[in-house]
Amino acid sequence: MIRFSHVTKSYARGGPALEDVSFHLNRGEFAFLTGPSGAGKSTILKLVYISERPTSGEVRVDGKSSVTLTPQEIPKLRRRLGVVFQDFRLLEDRTAEQNIAFALEVTGAVASSIGPKVARVLTQVGLAAKATALPHELSGGEQQRVAIARALVNDPLVLLADEPTGNLDERSTRGIFQLLRDINASGTAVMMATHDLALVRSTDFRTLEMNRGALVFDSAADREEQA
Amino acid sequence: MSLAFREALRAFRRAPVLSALSVTTIAFSLFAFGLFGLVALNLRTALQQVEDRVEIRAFIAQGTAPEATSAAVGDAASFPEIASVKLVTEEQALERARNELGEFEGVFESGILPASIELRLKPGLRDPATVATVARRLEAYDFVDDVRYGEEWVERLYRVRNVATAAGVALGITFAMVALIIIGSTIRMAVLARSREIQIMRLVGATDSFIRAPFLVEGFLKGLLGGLMALALTWVTFRVVGQYVVQASWFAPSLAAAGVAAGALIGLLGSAFSVGRHLKHV
Repeated sequence: MIRFSHVTKSYARGGPALEDVSFHLNRGEFAFLTGPSGAGKSTILKLVYISERPTSGEVRVDGKSSVTLTPQEIPKLRRRLGVVFQDFRLLEDRTAEQNIAFALEVTGAVASSIGPKVARVLTQVGLAAKATALPHELSGGEQQRVAIARALVNDPLVLLADEPTGNLDERSTRGIFQLLRDINASGTAVMMATHDLALVRSTDFRTLEMNRGALVFDSAADREEQA
Repeated sequence: MSLAFREALRAFRRAPVLSALSVTTIAFSLFAFGLFGLVALNLRTALQQVEDRVEIRAFIAQGTAPEATSAAVGDAASFPEIASVKLVTEEQALERARNELGEFEGVFESGILPASIELRLKPGLRDPATVATVARRLEAYDFVDDVRYGEEWVERLYRVRNVATAAGVALGITFAMVALIIIGSTIRMAVLARSREIQIMRLVGATDSFIRAPFLVEGFLKGLLGGLMALALTWVTFRVVGQYVVQASWFAPSLAAAGVAAGALIGLLGSAFSVGRHLKHV
């Protein structure tokens, strides 16, 4: 579903951010993207949601190629992806449910379908009781749940999470991670960038390890080799 | 569309002072435009009235056969520029002079005033060049002694009108540019203030035209409000001037509506240019 083929990404200033990266993520799969800061984890996620395009090589997402995708096609593709960030990126002047509804409204969803969908995802992330709270009235973990609910409301094929627990305490981290696992269990692929190695080691999910722009370890490939 | 409208109103609510300031600035630049428009309109009306009086008189030599004069009147009536031709006989000229200058009635004797052909030109054809051409055509008749049409006067009138028109166009363009720049910069601020929202919209798959719509609505509304405020200010000024200085005429309703529509259009264009440019940087 997500395929990187010899992807290199260079910036005019700062040199290459990614160098010859190739991997494939299947539907419904859970994969960690690990590595130190500046290793290229966020760049990989940006290339998936086409915020950036590769300098060379090809990224294919849900059958669409980064080489041939027109700017007009990008919004349509993004509606099939959910993205969450370390800093939540919620609109401070809107309630939890308004933040989620916003994602539906701006994609032209039918007004009558919005309410039930918002209620469903709020329940899914365990925040049904706080639908009308503003972001500043919620804890960090709760804010991230709202952000995850917003990412889920369009039923994405894959949830891209860029250090989703980076700003959270241990308890909230565990809660958010469990939520991501539940989401994955219901069929949505998850790609989670993190440098929380304890979290990575606590499961046997696939791990893609980055270092200085290169993919230095892929547990799936490693397993294949061992088999 | 309703979402775009709601988002635009949200922008107003979120920054009421800035919004009011931008509407007021637009209103003042359109107000200046409106005032000048009112002056131009009244100048034009005044000039029109003066212009309506532009007349060519060809004086007929004494002793000219009436048939020749009638033939000349017939010829003149067939000129394409002519609205009306009138023959004033010596007797009629005397009668008119006596009426107009009653106290000198006794001074005028029969035969002292020449007969003349009086011509009025069609509206739009009273410019100096046309007037001079018609005058020359009349001078060609050998029984025409003299042709008078106030050459200098006609030319000066036209010069005033041309200067007024040029000044109006130049000022209009200047004010429209000022309003465009103001709207453009308020939209730029709005785009920057909402950069987070725009990023989120992009992330969840909103199209660029969808992202642009609330800003266009915002610019349109600001232009419309500015236009209405300018119209109100111009009207108040018009009433005050009418009461204390000079009676003037007011815009035709369609012209007033066109002015407000121009404000809305300027708002729309200003925001379209600005949002297109600044969205790239968000």
